[in-house]
Amino acid sequence: MIDETEQPLSLEALRAGDRAEFARLVEAYYTPIYRLALKMLAHEQDAEDVLQSTFLKALQHIGNFEGRASLSTWLYRIAANEALMLLRRKRPEVSIDNEPDDADDNLPLPEQFTDWCCLPEQEFVTAEAKKHLDRAIQTLPEKLRVVFLLRDIEGLSIKETGEALNLTETAVKTRLLRARLALREQLSSYFSERLAPEI
Amino acid sequence: MSKHQHTHDLSCKQLLASIGDYVEGDLAPELCREIERHISECEHCRVVVDTLNKTITLYHASAHEDHVPNGVRGRLFQVLKLDDLLEKKP
Repeated sequence: MIDETEQPLSLEALRAGDRAEFARLVEAYYTPIYRLALKMLAHEQDAEDVLQSTFLKALQHIGNFEGRASLSTWLYRIAANEALMLLRRKRPEVSIDNEPDDADDNLPLPEQFTDWCCLPEQEFVTAEAKKHLDRAIQTLPEKLRVVFLLRDIEGLSIKETGEALNLTETAVKTRLLRARLALREQLSSYFSERLAPEI
Repeated sequence: MSKHQHTHDLSCKQLLASIGDYVEGDLAPELCREIERHISECEHCRVVVDTLNKTITLYHASAHEDHVPNGVRGRLFQVLKLDDLLEKKP
């Protein structure tokens, strides 16, 4: 990945169709876009397809990019849409629009109450633990998964996540909390088993 | 959430609704103090808050561990007809 802070990308050059500048844009963002797609789809070929279609669309529409959101948020928006469209083609019931369960007064109640935070740090960094973290993401409904990935994996702010997904900040916050609570349940099941049995 | 008797103002369910803003650091100081008071007395809620924070920390720590497989970058530049601008990775 290039360091965009050293020489910021020129929106003017990108809009004017400067190929070298577009190559710099690709270099700057292909890794996070691929990572988002892979974690959304859990399939390398699908992730590569989404990566390519994201930058093809960006190339096609960069001339009309108004700069209301940042370039990265705009790319994440295209990539999230491409990934969700691919998922919809495979499973037509997938939707990310605002839905009634975005209210936070009917959050699922926690069920796991084992404190596994005291496990030795090396338990959290094994290859098996990493696999379990990834598998847990795949159990999230798509509309929660995409919010979690943008906020907690890619580090977008709540506002940027809302802009990327065309959601209100309230909806982003509720989905994020639902996702985090669901992942906590999953990780609690896994890490509780690693606690030494009480004698 | 838990089955014990409460003596504090904030219920476990109310805590759950505020926990998102709490872990984001977006909660007003007075509500933060209420949550901290609650979790000092409610073991189940303390565990939920601690393991939720740990869950988020673990995902943040592992966020950028995935690498792009060999060939993906080159094929992307080809599809975009930018392969003449593809710089060799060190």
